[in-house]
Amino acid sequence: MSGFLQNTFNGLVGGAFYALLALGLAVIFGMLRVVNFAHGAFYMLGAFGAYVLLAEAGVPFWAALVIMPLALGLLGMVLERAVIHRLTRLDPLYNFLLTFGLTLILQDLVKSRYGVQSSPYATPAELSGTVDFGLFDFPTYRVFILGFTVLLCVAVWWVLGRTRVGMVVRAATERPELTRAFGIDVGRWVTPVFGFGIALAGLAGVLAAPMRAVNPLMGADLIIVVFAVVVIGGLGSIFGSVAAGFGIGLIQAWGEAYLSEFPIVSQTVVFVVMAAVLLWRPAGLFGREEAPA
Amino acid sequence: MLRIENLSAWYGEAQVLREVSLEVAAGEVVTLVGRNGAGKSTLLRSVMGLHAGQRGRVTFADRDVTKLPAYKRARLGLGWVPDDRGAYATLTVTENLTLPPRVGPDPWPLARVYEAFPALYSRRDSAATMLSGGEQQMLALARVLRMGARLLLCDEPTEGLSPLLVQQVGDLLREAKKHGVTVLLVEQNLHFATGVADRHYLLAEGRIAEAMDNSEVRSRERELLAYLGI
Repeated sequence: MSGFLQNTFNGLVGGAFYALLALGLAVIFGMLRVVNFAHGAFYMLGAFGAYVLLAEAGVPFWAALVIMPLALGLLGMVLERAVIHRLTRLDPLYNFLLTFGLTLILQDLVKSRYGVQSSPYATPAELSGTVDFGLFDFPTYRVFILGFTVLLCVAVWWVLGRTRVGMVVRAATERPELTRAFGIDVGRWVTPVFGFGIALAGLAGVLAAPMRAVNPLMGADLIIVVFAVVVIGGLGSIFGSVAAGFGIGLIQAWGEAYLSEFPIVSQTVVFVVMAAVLLWRPAGLFGREEAPA
Repeated sequence: MLRIENLSAWYGEAQVLREVSLEVAAGEVVTLVGRNGAGKSTLLRSVMGLHAGQRGRVTFADRDVTKLPAYKRARLGLGWVPDDRGAYATLTVTENLTLPPRVGPDPWPLARVYEAFPALYSRRDSAATMLSGGEQQMLALARVLRMGARLLLCDEPTEGLSPLLVQQVGDLLREAKKHGVTVLLVEQNLHFATGVADRHYLLAEGRIAEAMDNSEVRSRERELLAYLGI
């Protein structure tokens, strides 16, 4: 029983990273109709940035948790203005070429400076140790990740669902052209929304630094599963991406724990789920068929 | 209020509007009638700024808006009532109503909208796409009135509605007109058109074929219906 709970908890923590990344992809896709294949690279930059800040300037984890999302969000906004916004009128193929190309550039820039070895990042002292849950102990840092991510997802959901800004973003996501006809300058919201999505990826990266190996390819490994998560949840669906993120985290953790003698199964279970969902609901679990403009 | 001069529009290579010129005076209700594909909707979309391939000039309230994006035209007082009613599935009824900023001199307060449309009030927290077709049409009209738009661009607001609802749409447009609102209306229902409008333009193959007043439409109703294929 305690083993099962522990696996479940680990699954939720893993799912928290998927949820943060998928959430960013969802708001970006909703507003820009751009699938950001560079999302994993920004996650990596978040982790690497935290590492470099600590190793080379002594900046602690808590400061990095604020600095890196802001810095990467800003970088995202600059990239949106400089190149991403040009994609709107182009064939979707250019979307793939540009954002995938950005990934390679960012990865290789980090590689050329720091190599491909993993760098260690110590868990902040305040969050070391374990929390006793009676039946089992759980690392304090992981409890923190889970609580922090859930709070963040709830906050984003509240902003999108209950505020004027959220209403405009929802309207512009659903029907951009119609929303312009109602006097709303949709274009003005595109850049900050892109920056926000990137900031979430950077935040996930900082959170990952003490827990996962910090190396230039860490985003590339993760992002493949994140895209499966986004497809399962429904491309552009905020709730779907978060729910599917945690769900896939659970399925992966259980698969690794109970199907470990069948590694082929435990490694592919996410994609089997994706294929099954697509057969059943082509727009994903919470996705909507595209409405006319 | 609205002046269109030599407006031409294309979909790719296909020209759908050919040098259309027309005027709508302040407080007037004017309809555009014509067969499917005559260019009525394209004309409305061009006035709203939603159609990219166009040439000519559009003046609204003495301002040349030809080069303005749609959102700036809306802020000058153009109210968009699209043919599919434009209900947002991800917004509640209240959010659908309050999405556009208030722009005109006489925007309806939300309370007045709900007083006039009790059906919308009782469903105010539901997703707008859960409303019936008729309720969605009322929502589309109520939205531009709450916005305070001075010129309503209505694309077939009576399409698919029951006679009772058609009458309600008519009452609403007459009420708006009484308050000085100007309306440019795409309409196939000639009976409805002569009931609410002051004048009519017949659009054929992208051109204004005829300008008619109510008595002319009534006396030629049979001929026009045959022409429109209704």
